[in-house]
Amino acid sequence: MSERTVQLGSAAPGDVSRWRWAMADGVVLTGRALAHWVRQPAQVLVGLLFPVLLVVMFGYLLGGAMTVPGGGDYREFLLPGMFAMTMVFGVEATYAAVATDLARGVTDRFRSLPMASSAVLTGRAAADLLHAAVALAVMLACGWAVGWHPRAGLPAAAGAVGLLLLLRFALIWVGIHLALVLRRPESVVVLQILVWPLGFTSSAFVASESMPGWLGAVAGWNPLSATVTACRELFGNPGSGGGSFAAEHAVILAVAWPLLLVAVFLPLSVRRYRHLAG
Amino acid sequence: MIEADGLRRRFGATVALAGLDLRVPPGSVCGLLGANGAGKTTAVRILTTLLRADAGRARVAGFDVGRQPDRVRARIGLVGQHAAVDEVLSGRQNLVLFGRLHHLDAARARRVAAGLLDRFGLAEAADRPAGTYSGGMRRRLDLAAGLVHDPPVLFLDEPTTGLDPRARAEVWDYVRELSAAGTTVLLTTQYLEEADQLADRLAVVAAGRVVAAGTPDELKAALRGDRVDVALARAADLDAAARVAGAAAGAAAAVDAATLRVSVPVQDRVGALAAILPALADAGIAATDVVLRRPTLDEVFLRLTGAERGEVAA
Repeated sequence: MSERTVQLGSAAPGDVSRWRWAMADGVVLTGRALAHWVRQPAQVLVGLLFPVLLVVMFGYLLGGAMTVPGGGDYREFLLPGMFAMTMVFGVEATYAAVATDLARGVTDRFRSLPMASSAVLTGRAAADLLHAAVALAVMLACGWAVGWHPRAGLPAAAGAVGLLLLLRFALIWVGIHLALVLRRPESVVVLQILVWPLGFTSSAFVASESMPGWLGAVAGWNPLSATVTACRELFGNPGSGGGSFAAEHAVILAVAWPLLLVAVFLPLSVRRYRHLAG
Repeated sequence: MIEADGLRRRFGATVALAGLDLRVPPGSVCGLLGANGAGKTTAVRILTTLLRADAGRARVAGFDVGRQPDRVRARIGLVGQHAAVDEVLSGRQNLVLFGRLHHLDAARARRVAAGLLDRFGLAEAADRPAGTYSGGMRRRLDLAAGLVHDPPVLFLDEPTTGLDPRARAEVWDYVRELSAAGTTVLLTTQYLEEADQLADRLAVVAAGRVVAAGTPDELKAALRGDRVDVALARAADLDAAARVAGAAAGAAAAVDAATLRVSVPVQDRVGALAAILPALADAGIAATDVVLRRPTLDEVFLRLTGAERGEVAA
């Protein structure tokens, strides 16, 4: 046994060093995810441009036939919805990354190393949040290009960006948990389909007031609607009003819903990960 | 270096391990031999902290796998189907990643990676994605990934499954090299030849427990299945040769007409040989070859596990 291995094994006593290693391991794994993007630029680019394509589709092809309740430009109305949808699409990437590592045996390799077990999850979360920030920046630029503007001041706009990233953060834990439960990379197709009914039964594309009564109510309370409506409010875009309780308290709900998701799915994910040892 | 006592593990209604005991002394190569589903992989997963045992205790490199998994992990390397490399990253990026996760600093991780890439003949392919590697290169990278921290104990879970003969021989050479340098190795394999080639000691696993353990020679001798095989020049001599050789050795001889061979079980190896050859010569039977042999590990394995020949992939 070499001297070095002895040192390594005994380097874990204090809580401080344990935290330090957990952070360091998380950073190393975040770096791994970044290296993946550098190695697969086409895949990253397609992922970033897909919501841009949707903006063109909905904003220009379908947008002419859309009316915004209370008046206003449809693209101004659409963009906050597309920002939120971009965050929702991210759940697919989270799921695929975690499920692929599990299926290929990479997760087992990590579990056989003397690293902090939390780092596998925190590293993934940090990487995906970084990716979300880039995706959101691309979408903000895209919005700017099609005539969307934040019209309620910079602090409010920053708040909206914060709410969007909070939604993504919550969805990271949903994606990680689903991957740890389903374990099949192919099942990402199910998510790719399910994000659409989730998106359409929210106020992302059309105002919930324009839907049949019961559907409007469902859409109004859809967690996604909370973020979308709050963003419309904070960006000063049209369509943020509406008489319902959910619409009146959109910002509070846009904080509460994601926090609830995190409170449920983060502990579940950690438990599932620990449970891989059976 | 590896001590397991009464390891048990079930998956639902399936019993994977039914009280497995194992001792691997420091510096030795132990072969865990068994058919698919015998429990080899479950044993390795428990010993490498990937899986909890339902009952029993195991210590690896001096630490309890259940209670001190991090201490164990710092001292083991795992190579095999179950601990893969990242196929998107290059070989070098993989080794640096695993080095960093073993808490080597960045410069040291890079140095170690470069050294291992050289040692395993991967320097040229170092910066290509691991997904583009051939089977043999992949396995060499797996092996290197298990060695970034120079572990005193190495677990090889079916390290040559799916490799062509040349790649297999390469892996064998690396294992011999590591063993010569003092690394303790636990190797699981379905290949009897591999166990015979590499292992100092064997443990034959069937239905979740070790049914026989010892050196390859001990296992073969334990069956007392030494035989003298005589190859004949003429098919017409087969029956006479079986009668004469059988009488000389005091046992019933088996006849294999296809290969013109007569095979006699013997107790006193040299004495039997000395009796059989003159008896054949006296009877005017021409032998083209005579072999005194121990049973092959295949025969030992089949006897111990009670498996049908066709069921064991070798």
